[in-house]
Amino acid sequence: MSETTTPALREVRGPGALGGGRQRFFDLLWLMSVTEFKRVYFGTILGYLWSLIRPLMLFGVLYFVFTEGLKVGNSDEVEHYAVLLLMGIVLFTFFSESTNQAVNSVITHEGVVRKTQFPRLVIPLSTVLTCAFNLALNFLVVLAFVFAFGVDPTWTWLLLPVAFFFLIALTVAVSAALSVLYVRFRDAAIIWAVLVQVLFYATPILYPITFFENPTTEQLLMTNPLAVIFEQVRVWVLAEPAAPTAAEAAGGWLHLLPAAAIFAGICLYAAWIFSREAPRIAEDL
Amino acid sequence: MSGPTAIQVEDLHKSFRIPIHRVDSLKERMVRPFAARDYRELRALDGISFEIGQGEFFGIVGRNGSGKSTLLKLLASIYRADSGKIRMAGRLAPFIELGVGFNPDLTARENVVLNGVMMGLTPRETRRRLDAIVDFAELDEFVDLKLKNYSSGMLVRLAFSLMMEVDPDIFLIDEVLAVGDASFQQKCADAFREMKAAGKTIVLVTHEMATVEEYCHRAMLISEGKIAHLGDPEEVGRRYLRLNFEGVEATAASSDGGEDAAVRMLDARVVDGEGKRVSSVEHGEQIRIRIEIEAREDFAALAVGHLIVSADGVNVCQLRAPIGGDPPPPVKAGERLKVETTVDNLLGAGHYFVHVGINRLLEGGVALDVAGATEFVVFGGPADRGLVSLPQQTTVLERAEA
Repeated sequence: MSETTTPALREVRGPGALGGGRQRFFDLLWLMSVTEFKRVYFGTILGYLWSLIRPLMLFGVLYFVFTEGLKVGNSDEVEHYAVLLLMGIVLFTFFSESTNQAVNSVITHEGVVRKTQFPRLVIPLSTVLTCAFNLALNFLVVLAFVFAFGVDPTWTWLLLPVAFFFLIALTVAVSAALSVLYVRFRDAAIIWAVLVQVLFYATPILYPITFFENPTTEQLLMTNPLAVIFEQVRVWVLAEPAAPTAAEAAGGWLHLLPAAAIFAGICLYAAWIFSREAPRIAEDL
Repeated sequence: MSGPTAIQVEDLHKSFRIPIHRVDSLKERMVRPFAARDYRELRALDGISFEIGQGEFFGIVGRNGSGKSTLLKLLASIYRADSGKIRMAGRLAPFIELGVGFNPDLTARENVVLNGVMMGLTPRETRRRLDAIVDFAELDEFVDLKLKNYSSGMLVRLAFSLMMEVDPDIFLIDEVLAVGDASFQQKCADAFREMKAAGKTIVLVTHEMATVEEYCHRAMLISEGKIAHLGDPEEVGRRYLRLNFEGVEATAASSDGGEDAAVRMLDARVVDGEGKRVSSVEHGEQIRIRIEIEAREDFAALAVGHLIVSADGVNVCQLRAPIGGDPPPPVKAGERLKVETTVDNLLGAGHYFVHVGINRLLEGGVALDVAGATEFVVFGGPADRGLVSLPQQTTVLERAEA
């Protein structure tokens, strides 16, 4: 009940991307992600298996088509095609699920946004974090594949967190930007669903980057930040001298600059648009 | 107001830009790249300043669209002000409605923790208070039940006890009394009294004048984004009604069909036996509708009519009586009359509106017609179907072996 001490007057600045104290921000982020994860995990009969079945099914179909039908992934041409394909699919699933869910995350949490003071950034971030929990679990399955297919552990595995960091950073940036853009432009969801499809094929997941045997195409593909990340993951996992590193595929370090610029541009745009729109989300809904 | 300040608002402005042509899709944006610049400026708040002291129960009233809810949302940090300053002392319950943020797919336990953190507690603190919260809401057995399986009454109880247990210094409340059944309204009323006694600062936005007059130390009337009056709740209530009836008169005068608004409505309220304004009447008691009117011309005689309409829009009954004895005397221009109509409350529990009509008794014709002049809630009574429970007599007339 009311204490004898008088709290001082503090200025109220209105809603924002962060707002309401750092502790509360992280508490909310963690709680929302965990409860959402648990809801999916325990809410359905197959629970977690669902989040695994989708990438596995996709993997099964694509593996069959590309090894038996199109002969892209013949084992004599690409070493460990199965492992690379599965890993690519799992990582890309994380990206596509996070961003696709983040698009309408603000609308999903409409009640909270309209009726409470709530750090707005928690909303897209928590969808990404929930998907990250899934990624972590799915990665265990990938690891099982890695060992089952006889890929030997190497020291370059220790570098993988660097790639993951960039992947997560990109995912967060895209998710945050999309979540506020959707409030204003409802076609953002459809446009993004199409773009994700394009990105899936523009990223060396189904094929090795050397597949085109054309340096210009490779360079063009390597302007996609996702392509750089995925290529580097491939190199680090296999520690395979045959596969070109991201820099080699792009044709030298200098040619990685466009991808780096695009990456930085997306992050900066996301930060700008989110902090600009966050105070107004409740009004625009 | 005395003592330390809890909320200080200085020259607050807020306007919404309503696009004349809402650009919702990218295609529209591309087709008409500058279309989005056509805005209509809607001034919701236009320079509001006031202070609320600690421990004060402060009411904000106003008609729909007056800006009162915008003000509350600004105080709650849901909207950002265009200009002006808001300062607050102490922890604020960041909710303006009960049960916001409850996720129906989660259990009560998970929801309580999530909402506790939203209100500024740490997760550990919330878990420690969980038992007390569930206890107060009398929901111990259902703590691991998903909220989608809760009844609305249980939900409200949970939300309410959560808010009480988190124990913020400042409450911002938007029309909570409008939700829930009569017994919950009673519980709310008790909680308000408790909060008031505990010295909490409470800002209540409502349009129920009875609530304002009963609880509030001070009240503020907002009209068109400005403070129309600030001070004594009774005075605010009177001005609010006047504002309401002015609006009605304007529409009545403009509409054709013989209504000439030759009588002005000054006040209409439902009162108890002591003449105090009430918002609810128990079944079986008496409904007392008190109106105050002013004649604007001479009348040979007047009659007053009340039409009681249920919340669903069903005309329940009409009460009609000449004003002032039999035969009714003439009424002169400028005369003010206070008329009370009493009727036994046979109505079932629910929300009712009263339309007031004043008729010229001898010449015929409508002198005034105010729809929804006042309203009241009926509680108690038999839990039967039907809008009214009429007095009945049932006797066995014959009884014989087959």
